[in-house]
Amino acid sequence: MAYDDFDAPRPAGRHHNPAPVAIKILIAGGFGVGKTTLVGALTEIQPLRTEEELSGPGTSIDMIVGVEGKRTTTVAMDFGRITINGGLVIYLFGMPGQERFWFMWDDLSHGALGAVVLADVRRLADCFPAIDYFEHRSTPFVVALNCFPGTPRHGVDEVRKALDLDDHVPIVACDARERGSCRDTLVTLVDHAIALVDTGARAPSPSGSRA
Amino acid sequence: MPPADDRPGPVVRPYALVRGRTRPTGEALDVISMIQSRHFRVPDPAGLEPEHLAVLRQCAVPMSVADLASAIDLPLGVIRILLGDLRDRGLIRIHQPRPERLADIRLLREVADGLRRL
Repeated sequence: MAYDDFDAPRPAGRHHNPAPVAIKILIAGGFGVGKTTLVGALTEIQPLRTEEELSGPGTSIDMIVGVEGKRTTTVAMDFGRITINGGLVIYLFGMPGQERFWFMWDDLSHGALGAVVLADVRRLADCFPAIDYFEHRSTPFVVALNCFPGTPRHGVDEVRKALDLDDHVPIVACDARERGSCRDTLVTLVDHAIALVDTGARAPSPSGSRA
Repeated sequence: MPPADDRPGPVVRPYALVRGRTRPTGEALDVISMIQSRHFRVPDPAGLEPEHLAVLRQCAVPMSVADLASAIDLPLGVIRILLGDLRDRGLIRIHQPRPERLADIRLLREVADGLRRL
């Protein structure tokens, strides 16, 4: 890569590499439901992991198993990338599910296109906080039932009732290990977001303002 | 991939790099804000850490804040503070995401069609 032309200030308005439009999609759901697996199934790069400092109120070091004695306590955050073309890139962010990480949600969800809420039918209640959160913020979301081997097949209606979900929110079955299945789930989400804009349900300034 | 906690820690504690600061200056940077260096060689590097310069090198082509944190292997909070310093010195160009574009049907269709082709 040639860096020569970086030695001089660049003329304003001339971009050698214009920055692509970046789209953010969130993968939410309870702890251990398969968020990392889903990100890994779709990302074009090795799933990346970055860290955020744990500084939320009420955080105590003894809640974090296995990291006792660390001076800076961090939470690992998975993300992946899908390049649609040179001008358009999708970023997938796994939202840390445990309650002690909820303070990060506002930061992550600001300006997101939407969210996939992964649910395990054996532990449906684990995804309640994520559903409440996105409903409250008017962030488009779909519920994806992660089909683990041996998962009982619940009817969509049954799950919708159990989750007290609005009729317009899509519920899909998904295998977080299968790229095609995960891709279809994202397509369902984006189509849902399009429908919300089409019907005027989504205002020009979505997902609320930054906290 | 091993859990992050299994990895050896950094030699310098991350927040020592930014002298204990926990908040960057200026407007909040999104994890998908795109960063691009304006200058590669800094005329007056006094007060800058090697990590600042590493950020400038990485961002020769536009790079998201999240990608940057991962590439340089520093917590997002630290990366944001470093970027705040570089912004204050006018060394980087920041492309903030524009949430209002999410109501742009044409863009959403481009995303959906792109995903279908995967």
